[in-house]
Amino acid sequence: MTLAGGGAGAAIRAMPSGAPYPVDRVRADFPILARRVHGRPLVYLDNAATAQKPETVIEAMTRYYRHDNANIHRGVHELSVRATEAYDAVRAKVRRFINAAEDREIVFVRGTTEAINLVARSFGRGAVGRGDEIVVSEMEHHSNIVPWQLLAEEVGARVRPAPVTDRGEIDLDGVRDLLGPRTRLVALTHVSNAIGTINPIEDLVALAHAHGIPVLVDGAQAVPHLPVDVGRLGCDFYAFSGHKMFGPTGIGVLYGRREFLEAMPPYQGGGGMIAKVSFSETTFAPIPTRFEAGTPAIAEVTGLGAAVEYLETIGYDAIGAYEADLLAYADERLATVSGLRVLGRAQRRAAVLSVVMDGIHPHDVGTVLDQAGVAVRAGHHCCQPLMDRFGVDATVRVSLALYNTGAEVDALIDGLAQARELFG
Amino acid sequence: MADLRELYQSVILDHNRSPRNFRDITGSSRWAEGNNPLCGDRLRVSVSLAGDVIEDVAFRGSGCAISKASASLMTEAVKGKTVAEASTMFDRFHEMVTGRLAPEDAKPALGKLALFAGVSEFPVRVKCASLCWHALKAALEADQEVVSTE
Repeated sequence: MTLAGGGAGAAIRAMPSGAPYPVDRVRADFPILARRVHGRPLVYLDNAATAQKPETVIEAMTRYYRHDNANIHRGVHELSVRATEAYDAVRAKVRRFINAAEDREIVFVRGTTEAINLVARSFGRGAVGRGDEIVVSEMEHHSNIVPWQLLAEEVGARVRPAPVTDRGEIDLDGVRDLLGPRTRLVALTHVSNAIGTINPIEDLVALAHAHGIPVLVDGAQAVPHLPVDVGRLGCDFYAFSGHKMFGPTGIGVLYGRREFLEAMPPYQGGGGMIAKVSFSETTFAPIPTRFEAGTPAIAEVTGLGAAVEYLETIGYDAIGAYEADLLAYADERLATVSGLRVLGRAQRRAAVLSVVMDGIHPHDVGTVLDQAGVAVRAGHHCCQPLMDRFGVDATVRVSLALYNTGAEVDALIDGLAQARELFG
Repeated sequence: MADLRELYQSVILDHNRSPRNFRDITGSSRWAEGNNPLCGDRLRVSVSLAGDVIEDVAFRGSGCAISKASASLMTEAVKGKTVAEASTMFDRFHEMVTGRLAPEDAKPALGKLALFAGVSEFPVRVKCASLCWHALKAALEADQEVVSTE
């Protein structure tokens, strides 16, 4: 590995074209990466919380507000037409991005959390009844647990967690054992937000579908790292957020297989989602607008479109190869820190790591790192059941992205050494 | 590192490593749990009173160095004090860690606890330092319920 002394511009593996991964150029696309924190260069390793935004995303939103702002699907005037076209174009772009069959299978929502709540309220209330079961896993983010608990409470159903192994992988036999005639849905994360595990979604979908059970996938942590192909995964719902994939906050996507979406009642009522309203009868718009009540986040949708373009320009092959090397380097360096343990050693991992240090609470590690300009997250990462599974209250989470460098991993290691020095 | 040493004074590090009065008071009905859901800190503070005087006070739980050391030093500071005196200490302590009372002005009322003045430079850690005090207050009021800093 040649990363250690590489400086911010350390080129790692060659791009598919044979050119080195242009990390300097990638970094220059993100204005915030030039700033300093506590007098030190910002080392942003909290990407799983939210990723930074490239200039193109910021610019797309600014341009929309400066030149094109108007409501969609309403006006006969030029600007409204332009806004509507731009909005619909992003829907088509997202459809291609995740290889959905049809544009109308793409529903714009506020984020992954709203996407899952939409399915729980709309699909769930129709399909899940007293005595039924929803299968999740112990590694789910709270946002893929609590909406199901709320639904279960309301209809008298049960949420059943599939076990996670010591390596931090979903136990497939455990899932198989839980599936039965009362299972109405399997809801699993694609990539763990806390320990980076990449779950074998295709296998899990095959298991569930063998019983005729639909599958929802929480893809919030997958889209910044992996190409997502809902056709190949075979899942019935796929949820993700714009802000984790270098796009704006406040916008996300629910992919739903057409047969499911068409059978589902509206999630919220309001303008835009109706076909005709009268006091004797109101009929609803076809999908996906049926699920998009009210004026949507139009500027954010344009930003999301720019984020998709950004990821496609760099390309997931290049991102995947680069991040794999970065993760291997982080693993190698972390192994040299005394009294440090990495939680979960899944065979397939995205560049997200949770660590604990003997005798030093994660919050204190986080404070020491912050003073060195290194941003990480300390806490339970909205994964309390997974923390319980590993017998810890909290961890320090290091989440890498396409603009991080070997030199930044070095800054992390230096910060951890400083924490050790301070706390003994 | 200078700022960090200001926050993590050696006395604080010592109390984190070897917390004092780290136990339960058996039979005491005056206890309360402090819970900081953001970071998972959880402390249980129990007290026994002789009239109006805090005869014994102890804590248990897990948390960061600031929350543990704060609880440990708090137990030392309030033992033997009246309920009213402890309450005043909490007020001064809170003013100090939120930067509204200079450490030199806090020292007469707080003594050793003035060590936590550095916390005011780290706003996100104020809750860590004050968690045990909230729990103590609830225990003195014999609330016997979980208090939260969120």
